[in-house]
Amino acid sequence: MVTPSELKQMYLDMATARHYEERLQEEYLEGKQPAFDISAGPIPGELHLAAGHEAAGAGVCQHLRDDDTVTAPHRPHHVAIAKGVDLKRMTAEIFGRETGLGKGKGGHMHLFDPEVSFACSGIIAEGCPPAVGAGLAAKKRNTDSVAVAYLGEGAIDQGAFLESLNFAAVQDLPVVFVIEDNDWAISMPKDRVTDVENGSDRAGGFDMPGRRVDVDDAVAVYDAAREAVGRARDRNGPTLLEIQVHRRMGHFMGDPETYRPEEDQDAAAGRDSIERLVEDLRAAGVDDAEVDDLRAQAEARVEEAIQWAKDQPEPDPAAAHDDMWINPGSGVTDTEPDFDLAGGDD
Amino acid sequence: MAEQIDRELTMSRAMVEAIATEMRENDEVFYMGEDVADYGGIFDSTEGLREEFGYDRVMDVPISETAYLGAAVGAAQEGMRPIAELMFVDFFGVAMDQIYNQMAKNTYMSGANVSVPMVLTAAVGGTYNDAAQHSQTLYGTFAHVPGMKVVVPSTAYEAKGLMHNAIRDDDPVAYMFHKRLMGIGWLPAPDGPKTPVPEEEYTIPFGSADVKREGDDATIVTLGLHVHRALDAAESLADDGIDAEVVDLRSLVPLDTDTIVASIEKTGNLVVVDEDYRSYGVTGEIVASVADEALGALESVERVALPDVPIPYARPLENEVIPDAGDIENAVKRTQ
Repeated sequence: MVTPSELKQMYLDMATARHYEERLQEEYLEGKQPAFDISAGPIPGELHLAAGHEAAGAGVCQHLRDDDTVTAPHRPHHVAIAKGVDLKRMTAEIFGRETGLGKGKGGHMHLFDPEVSFACSGIIAEGCPPAVGAGLAAKKRNTDSVAVAYLGEGAIDQGAFLESLNFAAVQDLPVVFVIEDNDWAISMPKDRVTDVENGSDRAGGFDMPGRRVDVDDAVAVYDAAREAVGRARDRNGPTLLEIQVHRRMGHFMGDPETYRPEEDQDAAAGRDSIERLVEDLRAAGVDDAEVDDLRAQAEARVEEAIQWAKDQPEPDPAAAHDDMWINPGSGVTDTEPDFDLAGGDD
Repeated sequence: MAEQIDRELTMSRAMVEAIATEMRENDEVFYMGEDVADYGGIFDSTEGLREEFGYDRVMDVPISETAYLGAAVGAAQEGMRPIAELMFVDFFGVAMDQIYNQMAKNTYMSGANVSVPMVLTAAVGGTYNDAAQHSQTLYGTFAHVPGMKVVVPSTAYEAKGLMHNAIRDDDPVAYMFHKRLMGIGWLPAPDGPKTPVPEEEYTIPFGSADVKREGDDATIVTLGLHVHRALDAAESLADDGIDAEVVDLRSLVPLDTDTIVASIEKTGNLVVVDEDYRSYGVTGEIVASVADEALGALESVERVALPDVPIPYARPLENEVIPDAGDIENAVKRTQ
């Protein structure tokens, strides 16, 4: 049973994530309007925001420790926040600053925070195999850490995902695969490209449990994830979870969404997992003043992170050439031993 | 004298015009890719095609590059003429086996008893801070494996003529279009790629480089976006009394070595400019090819390419690694 303090933590994570995405949207669009120019403004490049996905981040990560690995896809911020990624340095990375998580080299799709075992990447389903690898390491080292791979419902047709399910299952690895189903793969509705209604049904073919959370409800996600993460931590193997979320913004900022019916956009805007969680908080005896206070804390933290990031220096252009290797190019040595290979008694 | 063409198109409109024409004339031509139907291609590569040809011939496909690129190989081997799109060329990795080991090799391995008449379209290139997994050109990677023709249009005129040839060709063709050149509203193109385009069908042969600017002092060999950056550099160099010739390769496979060598025999100075990585790539190949054919004519050589680092995200870092007109200018000056 979820405790009031856990409810409050999930609310903080989700309110932080929502405010973060709304504020990033504002910052991103600065200098890019009226005619949208992707390469202008303080945040360049693509930006995939996760407003409407918050329950999937908070409800799962509530069960994770810093040493539990999470891999996220190109829409990572809500998961990163719930996993405890350093918000200031993550924001600096998104603004392309020197003190960002990757010194400005990675950007918003390529955030790495080894302190809390978090990574994300830009190509569909490519985070699944590394999560399997983290699970493999836990098994080999006999630790009780687990790994979670997040992916979108569009990714369930990708080989990397399907191969990962099988490998995790046959090795009984402590991995939880989390499908965030927002109904849209950019412009492609699910039923045009996938012939199963529920991505969680894929689990059956790999002899692992599959469970779908049909409503955008943080507590329902929390309950399903408790079982899945617990199963992994107890060495009982992988689970496939699918969570219905909603895309409140375009696939990327600047996406005209002309392909998407207005009713669908309205419906997404009307389903708000954060408002639903407020009801749960009230039911648990948390009064409105405290909820307001939590929201204010979340918003203040976001503002502080954004301001800090904007105050950070841009990287020196020459730094583009650094960070290629951990060891020197020669490897762990720059001298070759002097053997007499021709020598010998016979 | 040829008739004057006044109608100007963006590169994406010219590319789509060729595809639409081929689809009207041949029911066996169809297009597969992610977001190519309702969206019209993230980089406008299929804008309007679904409206005219419907979902059966302009197919949104699952995010399963191995399956749909491999399916294009299979359909092509059945005699159809599929066009399959990689939304970003960077996504080739998940389907490399189908590209490298089937699309490129089946003709040869069958003793030319099987043909693979497909076109693989792919958006390439950086300059808009999309970072290491969405900004590469990978020209060298595609040109390296024998068995694919590899073409890179630099203007609307080339985009149309090369696409007609690509679809009609009985061999697999990788058609690599630069995002920055397409004329997309949110990714403004430089001056240059929007050109007059004839209304009628025409084909541009592969392996025919185009001298985009004549000059006597140095030869700049390049492709794609950097044709335009080289032309900018050449204009600026002209103010300093340096007259640079700009050769647009237009295809990497086959490679028109003759045009490059003829230019080098005139100028003696070779500057190769590429948006792909420096090592084991296009610049080295061009230099080696010229050395093979005309070593005696070479007085100096410069390479301008991405240094061997993944493409960084932050604007000052990306600007540092992607060659600009100034980098090209400096390289040409070093040859003088």
